[in-house]
Amino acid sequence: MSTTEPRSDKRPVTDWETDWDHTDPAWVANPYPIWESLRSACPVAHTERFGGAWLPVTHDAIHAISYDTEHFTSRSVVVSELRPGDNDLPAPIGIAPPITSDPPFHADARRLLLPAFGPKVIAGYESFTRDLCRELLDAVADRDIVDAAVDYAQDIPLRVIVKMLGFPQSDAEVFRRFIHMILEAVDVPAEERMNEREGGELDAYLDARIAEHLAEPRDDLTSFLLQAELGGEKLHPDHVRGTMVLLLVAGIDTTWSAIGASLLHLATHADDRRRLVDDPSLLDTAVEEFLRVYAPVTMARMVAHDFEFEGCPFKAGDWVLLPFPAANRDPAMFPEADKVLIDRAENRHAAFGLGIHRCLGSNLARMELRIAIEEWLARYPDFELDDPSRVTFSAGQVRGPRRIPVRVR
Amino acid sequence: MRITVDSERCQGHNRCYAIAPELFDVDDLGYATATGDGAVPDDLADKARLAVANCPEHAIAIVEEA
Repeated sequence: MSTTEPRSDKRPVTDWETDWDHTDPAWVANPYPIWESLRSACPVAHTERFGGAWLPVTHDAIHAISYDTEHFTSRSVVVSELRPGDNDLPAPIGIAPPITSDPPFHADARRLLLPAFGPKVIAGYESFTRDLCRELLDAVADRDIVDAAVDYAQDIPLRVIVKMLGFPQSDAEVFRRFIHMILEAVDVPAEERMNEREGGELDAYLDARIAEHLAEPRDDLTSFLLQAELGGEKLHPDHVRGTMVLLLVAGIDTTWSAIGASLLHLATHADDRRRLVDDPSLLDTAVEEFLRVYAPVTMARMVAHDFEFEGCPFKAGDWVLLPFPAANRDPAMFPEADKVLIDRAENRHAAFGLGIHRCLGSNLARMELRIAIEEWLARYPDFELDDPSRVTFSAGQVRGPRRIPVRVR
Repeated sequence: MRITVDSERCQGHNRCYAIAPELFDVDDLGYATATGDGAVPDDLADKARLAVANCPEHAIAIVEEA
């Protein structure tokens, strides 16, 4: 299951400036008006929930915090009831390097992963991705109603990363469960989440794959990681496992959200759909515009030490939510920020973050998004949303449609 | 017209290389460099400006030469 209904036992938000909650049903349903009103009222909102957290909503503030690795640490990047404890690796390494790492360790941990995700390497997965998209479409070819999220979008990044890691394609379902648990269950009480984590099922699975690859190296990302060196030494298997968790968590529901949101847009905007079908040269700008306006990923930081930011008393250990989707809708940065202009030529969006933590998989995500749209439109130049009331969105820091029933004939 | 890429600012978003592969290349880590000496032929001037305008890190500059 990938759909999370926000828990009904939480107090609904009535004041977004002083008591915000990104798991509130109103935010999950439509966060954009919330950010818009905060932008003019108080550009950095606060909440006592989650043990104390801040919420900047302007492009300027989000940009500044992204660049400020002195006052903000990445040791925990998901705001939840579960604060990093003594058992978690401390900064600068963090639990899933390099996303949870700070300088100076971050640069080395990132550099060893970058070669596997450069644009020229990622181009090598295009034909696998294209075949996969066609296979998924073939599997539902006899249906009049297809769920663009469940039957299509969610399988694409999942199966591409499973392919890259060299794991059996048949294990894809295992990962879906973990992604749901880690990223969508932010409102599950800390103790419950800790228990699930300590179950260790994912760690055991990954350790088994690591052992297989150590015994018999292959030409895949797992063997690449096991052979990579940091400071003249091979990575510790725990580091490799942490990195795999990161790739799985960061690489899957994010991209499926972007694919789903783009297809949902095309299912509800016949003019854009026809324009794109008639003129495929618009695909490049359309992809960037979908990434801007439907950016799925919100990150977070923790305040490293007390200081004042835009007049707010940030205290060490406070969470800071970094809603890149809000930065992308800031009218101070983007003219007609709330409009989808598929030929928008100047689009300095922050969908993949800003600064040293720029999404490592951005080239992969962009490739998958472009091919997923291309192949879908090649199969179904005409389609429309079947039942708007059945569209659901994920809760948590990755926003995207989880049910998109569309009529394809 | 000439383009320069500030390697301190570039974070490998790869927008410039996607827009103007004639003017930019990326290294093995995905960081951008200007091709050749960065000179921009007249017919690629618009692409160069688009690359500048789409860089999320403001890492690309255009140097107008006399």
